[in-house]
Amino acid sequence: MSQTDLVSSGSTLLAGYNPPAGSFDELVDANGQVRPHWRSVIASLERLTPEELAARQDNTLRVIREHGATYNVYSDGDRLGRPWSLDLLPLLIPANEWRQIESGLVQRARLLNLILSDLYGPQNLIKDGLLPPALLFGNPGFLRPCHDIRPARDRFLFIHGVDLARAADGSWWVLADRTQAPSGAGYTLENRLVLSRIFPDEFRENHVQRLASFFQSARDALRDLAPPGRNNPNIVLLTPGPFNETYSEQVFLARYLGFALVEGGDLTVRDRRVWLKTLEGLRPIDVILRRVDDTFCDPLELRGDSSLGVPGLLEAARAGNVAIGNAFGSGVVEIPALMAFLPAVCRHLLSEELKLPSLATWWCGQPSALDYVLQHLDELVIQRAFTPSGTEPLPGASLDGPSRATLLEKIRRAPFDFVAQEKMPLSTAPVWGLKQLEPRPVVLRAFASATDSGFAVMPGGLTRFSNSTEHNAVSMQRGGASKDTWVLADGPVSQLTLLKPAPRVIRLERGAIEVTSRVGDNLFWLGRYSERLEDLIRVLRCLFLRLTGEAGAEETSELRALVDLLVTLELLPPRFRGAYRLAGVEREIYLLIYQTHRLGTVREVAGRLRNLAFVLRDRFSADTWSILGRIQVSARARPGRADAGEALALLNALIADLAAFSGMEMENMTRGHGWRLLDLGRRLERGSNVVTLLQAALSLNSHGLAALDPLLEITDSVMTYRRRYFAQPQWPGVLDLLLADASNPRSLAFQADALAEHASQLPRETAPNGFEGPTTKIAALRDLLLNNDWQALAESSPKELEENAAALLNCCGSCLRAVSDSITHLYFTHAETRVS
Amino acid sequence: MRYTISHQTSYQYNNAVSVAHHLIRLKPRELPYQRTLSYQLAAVPLPALVQSHQDYFGNTVNFLTIEGPHRQLEVSSRCEVEVSRNPWPLPASTLPWETVRELCRGDVYNSATEACEFTFSSPFVSPRPDFAEYADLSFPPGRPLLEAAVDLMRRIHTDFKFDPQATTVATPLDQVFRQRRGVCQDFAHFQIACLRALGLPGRYVSGYLETAAPPGKSKLVGADSSHAWIQLWCGQPGWVDLDPTNNLLPADRHITLAWGRDFADVSPLRGVLVGSGSHQLKVAVDVTPLRQAEGKEG
Repeated sequence: MSQTDLVSSGSTLLAGYNPPAGSFDELVDANGQVRPHWRSVIASLERLTPEELAARQDNTLRVIREHGATYNVYSDGDRLGRPWSLDLLPLLIPANEWRQIESGLVQRARLLNLILSDLYGPQNLIKDGLLPPALLFGNPGFLRPCHDIRPARDRFLFIHGVDLARAADGSWWVLADRTQAPSGAGYTLENRLVLSRIFPDEFRENHVQRLASFFQSARDALRDLAPPGRNNPNIVLLTPGPFNETYSEQVFLARYLGFALVEGGDLTVRDRRVWLKTLEGLRPIDVILRRVDDTFCDPLELRGDSSLGVPGLLEAARAGNVAIGNAFGSGVVEIPALMAFLPAVCRHLLSEELKLPSLATWWCGQPSALDYVLQHLDELVIQRAFTPSGTEPLPGASLDGPSRATLLEKIRRAPFDFVAQEKMPLSTAPVWGLKQLEPRPVVLRAFASATDSGFAVMPGGLTRFSNSTEHNAVSMQRGGASKDTWVLADGPVSQLTLLKPAPRVIRLERGAIEVTSRVGDNLFWLGRYSERLEDLIRVLRCLFLRLTGEAGAEETSELRALVDLLVTLELLPPRFRGAYRLAGVEREIYLLIYQTHRLGTVREVAGRLRNLAFVLRDRFSADTWSILGRIQVSARARPGRADAGEALALLNALIADLAAFSGMEMENMTRGHGWRLLDLGRRLERGSNVVTLLQAALSLNSHGLAALDPLLEITDSVMTYRRRYFAQPQWPGVLDLLLADASNPRSLAFQADALAEHASQLPRETAPNGFEGPTTKIAALRDLLLNNDWQALAESSPKELEENAAALLNCCGSCLRAVSDSITHLYFTHAETRVS
Repeated sequence: MRYTISHQTSYQYNNAVSVAHHLIRLKPRELPYQRTLSYQLAAVPLPALVQSHQDYFGNTVNFLTIEGPHRQLEVSSRCEVEVSRNPWPLPASTLPWETVRELCRGDVYNSATEACEFTFSSPFVSPRPDFAEYADLSFPPGRPLLEAAVDLMRRIHTDFKFDPQATTVATPLDQVFRQRRGVCQDFAHFQIACLRALGLPGRYVSGYLETAAPPGKSKLVGADSSHAWIQLWCGQPGWVDLDPTNNLLPADRHITLAWGRDFADVSPLRGVLVGSGSHQLKVAVDVTPLRQAEGKEG
């Protein structure tokens, strides 16, 4: 079927598909004919109307959002967590073509591994004249402290990422190598999960090769790297943390592979071994799959200003007590300058020709190459010799007089610091536009991982395309987007290959995944802030309803008491006490909801909640995450001008979302230490809030009585009180219900019971510095509540009641603070500092 | 010349530190002109672990871990060293500086390959064009390398004022250049930066200096603390030491601990600790010449 046929048959799909001349197009050949391996996919797309296709594209976006895939762009400050973008169409690669790419990738990974082994060892490649000395000594990626650290089985590269592009003649070329901590394998898997759901039939009919077995063998290979004698090795994925641009992919990978996702602060080195700091104590770690860049891994021996690494990690690797994928210092080979020398090194080390050519590269450190570059500047792209390709390309031709002179001066001063590479027009592939397919330049990132039987190549990869036709350098940092990559098999794809014939012995794990101290700390505060937010909203709503309700803004004693209560709680300014204008109070409430740069507003607390949720993303299911997502969005949506209806709707929605979050937490979180700390935080906060509210109301003296009804409303205890007393609320009943009644989930007694239960289940580590655990303080709190003579309190005079209740509340408040301090000291970590 | 050296370092922490790792480079190097007769390293509290290995540059590194809460740490080293250097080559007899620059270009493997490693920028030393401009005056075409470098050393010593208040470990080199003040570390880094800006190999030496003035000799600067100077690769004679802080070619009063590209490679003590709050650091170095060996110096 030719392009013209498609148009005449009424199709608009390919109507405007005009690939630029001078480059290869993946979909159509030079005559405009659809290439054979695309026909089936195009035909099935043809059967869909543009509306249906658009619906599928929307569906893609929705599925991605559900998965929580994001790609952070550093400069994007406020929009942290922008959704990952995936095109509706995959890139198709036929089986025979893939076999060539595959063998080229295997060879390249072997080669780079051998080069690493040499450079961090005898450096014979330099002595034998195959690599110029400056390529190593002038290379900032050469980490001298890593010299002579020999990884297990000499495996420097555990995973190798390669950016491939297709030249005009259809051959594949290597644009760049990624050897430190290549990203993209997780996104590839996510893209596959999404697209195979959007096109299930097409996926099956086209015999697309599966990705699962690649990941399975990679996981097995990682286990095999463990130091001898560790039969069920503990493996972690070391992440730079949630602010890293590819954090969501790391969360996904860790979950998929079943490894704990940890940050540098979660690990510690003792006795030349790596340990995970958990609430239970230290757990030994045998293998680290790292996503932290080389120089950031150990502040002791590498970059001292790094807070992402683990002090002493290099020493542990040096002792052979931990295996690292990829080995520290592997970044030394992911430089454009090396490409100029690879063919000769390949012949020397493997006695083979390089199967996949690299982009033609001239290293300016050689006088002859420099001469060539200076004479052909307009035809070349200048790059830094030691910075991974594609970061700052400077096309010689596009430079005007002064900047050209500056560049030439820089090259002359430090020629070894520059390379020139030929300009290669990228091939184009079809991308779903709004109504039809459009050609866009693409780059494919492929992956190989080390296994016992050599390097295994992932049958697929992450295809990225540039949104403009003009830009030839594709970088996700500049706003590109991605595609799934379908490597087609010759025949039906066997599902059986996914199953390993003899499954390994698995250690049964009951209970939750280990909770690191850092995660525990964050969960604790997540619990506190979600409760704090709810309490704040309830207080504000209570007043707001009385200001704007249908009863009209009546100057009731209740309203007056409530305003005084908020003044006492320091929510309203002191000038409102006793004298205020209703409009003034209403304005204050809007400020308390919407103001950003003020402690304790709804927006600010929701912001903190959001930040905590963000750093804990990997702990939550997609459902819970989407509820947490709603909490941040609704609190951020500020109406142009404050409007009573909208504000109330916002408060109500937030209460519902917070309830949904706590419901998720109650019903879906495993009862491990993480859940206990989250709930501990919630209970502590709720207990303190009840105490503070009652203290504030008591301090209002005579008209405190008028605040009792709102107080019951805030604590969600109105119904219970009415059913019990059938009367206007009085202090004794309120105190009993909110403090002593352990059956009321809003009472202090209920919180105290929950705290006691949690504390009894948490690991009881002896705190450093002999800190007392929380149990005694919790017991003291319960004693206070149990042994208080509530009946006597009820029968005492109003003045006595006030005094006794205030004293009791003071004691309860200090108990709660002591419990919080003790938990912090017992379970959570401290920061690291460097001295020299 | 024979010395006993004691080097005491003490950290006081405002809050208790639970774990600390320290890298220590205090063992004098074994060299044709230097022999270490004894070396002891001790720490209080007692380290949970002491390991040692040779780093990339051949320096001995002690890796030390202190576990358990501690509010202070004392590291002390004692060693006995004998130094006896051969006379330096005559500056005028060395190769023209451009010849060495060409040898050290690093595009091919040659006799200068080991030296070419020290022509590139390193964490503390980034050669800048204005450093090259400053150095140019001492490097007219064809001038013998060591002669030019000695001249550069003399100018730095004249133009820069030794001022311990002016800089810290973290002061960037361009600021040192602007204010023309600093300590031995800054003097050494600056001269290395000038040499590298011209494509010449310079490395950083950490060590000790005998500051007490023997009869008839002037007291050297760098009192009672670690010292730093540089080495320049001069072709066939190899590495030649230059001390820009004192404007001299070191003889037997300089004791070599470690060398590297700059301070970052050879920091005598470097630690990372788990804990919060600030710390105070005190260092006391004592270099004592041994009487019976004094005759050699004269």
